[in-house]
Amino acid sequence: MSQSDVTREGLRGKRPDRDATTGVNLPRRWRGKHRAERPVVPPAEFTSYYGKPIINSPVWESPDIPGYLFLGGLAGGCSLLAAGSDLTGRGVLARVTKSGAFAAGALSVVALVHDLGRPGRFLNMMRVFKVTSPMSVGSWLLGGYVPAAGVAAASALTGRARWAGAAATAGAALLAPGVASYTAALISDTAVPAWHDAYPEMPFKFTGSGMMAAGGLGLLTRLLPGAGPGETEPARNLALIGWAMESAAMERMQHRIGLSAEPYSEGRGGRYVKAGKVLGALGAAGAALSGRSRIAAAAGGAALLAASAATRWGIFHAGLASAGDPKYTVVPQRQRLNERARANGAADGQDRA
Amino acid sequence: MSANGERAVTWLPEIRTRGLRSALSGPALSGGADPADLSGYPDHPPRMGFFTDTSVCIGCKACEVACKEWNHVPEDGLNLLGMSYDNTGGLGADTWRHVAFIEQRKPVAMQDAGVSHAGVALPPDGSGTPPEQAAMTPTTPGGPADQLRWLMASDVCKHCTHAACLDVCPTGALIRTEFGTVVVQEDVCNGCGYCIPACPYGVIDQRKGDGRAWKCTLCYDRISDGMEPACAKACPTNSIQFGPLDELRERADRRVTELLAAGVADAQLYGRDPGDGVGGDGAFFLLLDEPEVYGLPPDPVVTTRDLPSMWRHVGAAAAVMAGGAVAAFAATIFGGRR
Amino acid sequence: MQQDLQNSDCIVIEGSNMAECHPVGFQWVMEAKARGATVIHVDPRYTRTSALADLHVPLRAGSDIAFLGGIINYTLSNDKDFREYVASYTNAATLINEDFADTEDLDGLFSGFNPEERSYDPHTWQYRGTEIQAASGQRDELYEDRQQMSSVRHSGRGEAHGSGGAHVGTPELDPTLQHPRCVFQILKRHYARYTPELVEQVCGVPRDTFRRVCELITSNSGRDRTTAFVYSVGWTQHTVGVQYIRTAAVLQALLGNIGRPGGGIMALRGHASIQGSTDIPTLFNLLPGYIPMPHAHANEDLDAFVAAEGTDKGYWGDMRAYLVSLLKAYWGPAATPENDFCFDYLPRLTGSHSTYETVMAQLAGDCKGYFLLGENPAVGSANGKLQRLGLAALDWLVVRDFSLIESATFWQDGPEIDSGELRTEDIGTEVFFMPAAAHTEKSGSFTNTQRLLQWHHMAVEPAGDARSELWFMYHLGRKLREKLAGSADPMDRPLLDLTWDYPTFGETAEPEAEAVLAEINGFDGNGDPLASYEQLNEDGSTACGCWIYCGVYADGTNQASRRKPAKEQNWIANEWGWAWPANRRILYNRASADPDGKPWSERKALVWWDEQQALWTGHDIADFTADKSPHYRPPDGATKAEALSGIDPFVMQADGKAWLYVPSGLLDGPLPTHYEPQDSPFPNLLYKQQRNPVRQVDPFKHPNNRMHPSPGQPGSDVFPYVATTYRLTEHHTAGGMSRWVPYLAELQPDFFCEVSPELAAERGLDHLGWATIATARNVIEARVLVTSRITPLTVQGRTLHQVGIPYHWGWTGYSTGDPANDLAGISLDPNSHIQETKAFACDIRPGRRPTGPDRPALVLEYQRRAGITEQTGTEI
Repeated sequence: MSQSDVTREGLRGKRPDRDATTGVNLPRRWRGKHRAERPVVPPAEFTSYYGKPIINSPVWESPDIPGYLFLGGLAGGCSLLAAGSDLTGRGVLARVTKSGAFAAGALSVVALVHDLGRPGRFLNMMRVFKVTSPMSVGSWLLGGYVPAAGVAAASALTGRARWAGAAATAGAALLAPGVASYTAALISDTAVPAWHDAYPEMPFKFTGSGMMAAGGLGLLTRLLPGAGPGETEPARNLALIGWAMESAAMERMQHRIGLSAEPYSEGRGGRYVKAGKVLGALGAAGAALSGRSRIAAAAGGAALLAASAATRWGIFHAGLASAGDPKYTVVPQRQRLNERARANGAADGQDRA
Repeated sequence: MSANGERAVTWLPEIRTRGLRSALSGPALSGGADPADLSGYPDHPPRMGFFTDTSVCIGCKACEVACKEWNHVPEDGLNLLGMSYDNTGGLGADTWRHVAFIEQRKPVAMQDAGVSHAGVALPPDGSGTPPEQAAMTPTTPGGPADQLRWLMASDVCKHCTHAACLDVCPTGALIRTEFGTVVVQEDVCNGCGYCIPACPYGVIDQRKGDGRAWKCTLCYDRISDGMEPACAKACPTNSIQFGPLDELRERADRRVTELLAAGVADAQLYGRDPGDGVGGDGAFFLLLDEPEVYGLPPDPVVTTRDLPSMWRHVGAAAAVMAGGAVAAFAATIFGGRR
Repeated sequence: MQQDLQNSDCIVIEGSNMAECHPVGFQWVMEAKARGATVIHVDPRYTRTSALADLHVPLRAGSDIAFLGGIINYTLSNDKDFREYVASYTNAATLINEDFADTEDLDGLFSGFNPEERSYDPHTWQYRGTEIQAASGQRDELYEDRQQMSSVRHSGRGEAHGSGGAHVGTPELDPTLQHPRCVFQILKRHYARYTPELVEQVCGVPRDTFRRVCELITSNSGRDRTTAFVYSVGWTQHTVGVQYIRTAAVLQALLGNIGRPGGGIMALRGHASIQGSTDIPTLFNLLPGYIPMPHAHANEDLDAFVAAEGTDKGYWGDMRAYLVSLLKAYWGPAATPENDFCFDYLPRLTGSHSTYETVMAQLAGDCKGYFLLGENPAVGSANGKLQRLGLAALDWLVVRDFSLIESATFWQDGPEIDSGELRTEDIGTEVFFMPAAAHTEKSGSFTNTQRLLQWHHMAVEPAGDARSELWFMYHLGRKLREKLAGSADPMDRPLLDLTWDYPTFGETAEPEAEAVLAEINGFDGNGDPLASYEQLNEDGSTACGCWIYCGVYADGTNQASRRKPAKEQNWIANEWGWAWPANRRILYNRASADPDGKPWSERKALVWWDEQQALWTGHDIADFTADKSPHYRPPDGATKAEALSGIDPFVMQADGKAWLYVPSGLLDGPLPTHYEPQDSPFPNLLYKQQRNPVRQVDPFKHPNNRMHPSPGQPGSDVFPYVATTYRLTEHHTAGGMSRWVPYLAELQPDFFCEVSPELAAERGLDHLGWATIATARNVIEARVLVTSRITPLTVQGRTLHQVGIPYHWGWTGYSTGDPANDLAGISLDPNSHIQETKAFACDIRPGRRPTGPDRPALVLEYQRRAGITEQTGTEI
């Protein structure tokens, strides 16, 4: 029955809002029956909306973005080797790594621009500087780093402008660790579970991977004339340190983040990661033997480069996979809520899953 | 570069304040804080938003059409999805309002659906089953065979208090307006796509063939002229309510209390709590089931909440890398082999 | 009135999917819910309306009279009726002729049935001691009694709202309602067998659920509470459609729910200005204002016509004034008393010329030219194939629409071209396509649900060659008149004498729509606008294009364009637009007060008698003579309005009462009776008579319009399921306004059918797969949506599956699909000539339908299996 009346004076008992409620304007005596019928839905593994993903997958594409991640690390590592080589008088290694640093840095920018929806607007990246946006920070970093690496490489290859070259080498080396690591923040600073949840380890994976790759490139210089074991020894050391660091970070992350780590061991991403691990081990072995055999050195160096690339591709595809399946978003969040609810002690209407 | 990139002037100070604040302290998750204040608007109108009361939605989709008409959002193809009456699928670059339809074996309070499907096997994942894998419109199992309810809900950009899309945008194309809403400047966006995986709700997306990111503007042009957004204007049952966020929250609190008292046991507010992971939504909802049933994340968190910690880890990793390099050379010296 | 639904205590939506098809009006149902009203949705499918209802009652399509009759029986046998209201305001007390025999006596037939003519002679249905004329429908039935002249075959009188009034004597009454021949007792006997058990058997509604509905409706009706009914074409599109609505009228009258706040029967019209198209009709058998179109009786002059169709009592007593004023509006100075005001210029009916008879005439070659204005029969009318064959037999066809609809392209891409049944080179129809202006591109009025005229102003000039209907009609007439100028042929006089002088404006010479509105409203002798139909005269001193619209241009201002906001007036909103008659919003609202003129209840006050002012006052304008006291009793020999007493609220009726029993005006009986649909898989449990005996099916015998066998006959099991057609929010009727609009098409992109999981299992149908649906007329294919919203019913002891088919699709446009109406046969309601598309038997099988010649072959195969002949299903 309506709560409002049509009196001679007009409507009485109107509702301010149009708050209609379904299934309540029925005789009370029917309530018992229905209350008894109120279903208890058994907790499904998790529910979703027709299996559709909750978050939108990144529109970033391979090889642009995984390549961009890989090249950034490589460049960073190379600039460090280059600076060290200058200081310790390793001319061959210096030339190779300076060239590598510039090539990798420049290529990473090309990859980034190529992936833009509106490449023509690349310069808009420079309209602001936002610490909240790792991509903004990265753009400014690369903006400083790539020219420096360029001058360093040019000077080294032409033998001209040595002072400028030295300064540029130093500058590039200063920016190098940032260039190699900011991309970790870049991908972690998203809602993609496999990336975001891994943010504490991701930077160490990335820098380790970068050192590994640069070391690998350094070891390849053994193929050049006049490059003995001593020339590439720092590269070998850097590669081994990087490999150890990268592997350790990966292990820790996969054990720590639980379900969100699943895509790193399954599917396409998982296969890349596995390949990375195998190649990394082989590369490390090759590097260890690089003192004795230039073949081992070269093969190890190539393997380390490949390992670093494979890992980046693996991380990239693992992210896509975790974005594409709602369970990676829903299950951890639902667990979080339930724990919070339990902590609050009461079933506050949330604790139903 | 766009023709009038100089609209940038209006947001530059805003980005700076917002940016540094997050960087130094992380987003103020204390809640309550008005995003327009945080964004450095000296004096601004009250924060405006949506309260979508799904319990009175009749699924007419007028909001979807009105939105596309007003904002010239492209039509995005003919696909019979088999997701009940939802042939839109979800929010994206070309869908700024999306009406979800869910068929469930549950009653709304004492509602009697009159149906009977004893002995019909429902897919175990219920309405979480992709239609092509189901023999029928996926329906939530567990309830009695003579019960059925048809949930309808109009989804939209949440205009978060702490908006990840806005935080991560490297060009400043995404801005916070004086109404506290989040808007993409289409003449600035360069389509880097960073905002897309950053959004915890899967709202903003890249338009194919256009390259830029698009999403609900809460009809910035209309509300700037004192009109309500197109979707709210078109809604025949006031399921979509537009107004100052504070008033909407009060109304929503009254409404959910009323529904729970009336026996609508699953009724819950979503995105209303300023203490949640995104500091509360500018567009929040009254739902009749758990958020994930509607394709919404149950406990969304703005990814930039962890950004300060991320930068610290990056710094550490960078230092370790530098140290590693030094060590790599040092070893060669003290290792003595030459 | 839709916004008055907010005052209902209970709303029953039956035969309508209001939330989907009238979403804006549905806000008032939501308002009522918010205030505590109970909402019941009775419908074969669980729709978006059901989702918001408290109680959804699925029933078998085509069984509503049994369902509503059951509620009537529950009401009467439990004394739940509002006795005081019934006794005072209905014809319950009236005694009926001794020789009237009910369907209970004649096993499904009323007295007076003529098997040869398949029609009823209504004489035995009359009130005892008098002979009363109808307030609606077939007023020519009694022509011979009233004029000793030769008769011609009756035509249908669709929505004719005719004159009513006793010619001789006054009806005999039994106020105690005990007399065995009084309407009340006849009604009781008529519905005595409509028990909950029978409803369960016929409708498939469990008796407990049915009792709940009965309780809810009756406990929310009476002195202090009101229940409203809402219906749409789910009730009208049946071979007994008019009687569906009559059943609701009987129930609402018994419960005292007519003319009261929150009460009434809300007829939701199908689309914009459909109400208007019956007020100022596009119907063959009506003149504006529900004045009947004259039949071709020999030497029938104006006096004879008014004497026969008009009456003495009630507001129809002034029919002559209404008609003469109309003739003056048509022919102005040429219409004089000497020439009967050009009464002879009016065309005469020689029979029924409804749209479906016209299709048969096209096929027979009698109808050679056709105008389609905003209509798409190739998709939107029953038996699309027959429609298309008819169009293909024309000499010329004019199509005015927004885009190239199927009715304009059938000759090159229609299904019959694909099947080889038609060859483009053989089709002689010359098709003229004329782009139409949209409502935003022209000014004019909509008369929608609740008789409300709302003006819309031209916002933009129509693009390109698009023009308004008004432009088209005006300039077509102008050109014809130019061609005939100077003709001496008397046949051309009606056209040449027309007042065809509307001012135009702009480059396109668009006629002033307001000038037409002014002419409809009418002028007095000085050319000043009239204010009320009570000013109309019989002597030709007034001109009025539609008497019920008189007042819409009062004071020379466009009352239909009033836009006073809701906040600034009461919910009746008398200053928003203008409603006929006389801007009254709730018809017969005098019934909201008791015989003494006081509101029945202080929580249901609408209009009441103010002793001080000696006037009817209240929230709405009284639908009653403003100063007629409740205690007024007519003197002997009083006529017209004066003949109605102060307690006769139903002022259009001859006796001023609500008719529980209809002594004349309906072709298929004075009381609603359950008959099975034309194509039904079930026998009629109530009577030997299976179908409506006077339904129109015989005139439509055609190889492409075969009917299904009656239950029990061999082959009747070939079509075991029941199909019902319907609309979706996302599309509009035959799709001309939605399938070409991407924003709408993408929301419902494919033609689909809805089936239950049980039927899917029984027939091997896959969700999102294809199904072929078959009847004796055609086979179509549709994507399958398997959903719990469709539930199997138990009818007459067996499980019945129903198939839902939206009818928006055709083969052209952006979103395409087979037309659902290709399945429907042509069998009509005899009163309204509306086709039965809401309930027909069908078969469904998995997979796509054959194409090319195999398609008609499959239809023939079905006909062979079902043993269908020309006679099948056409028996009485």
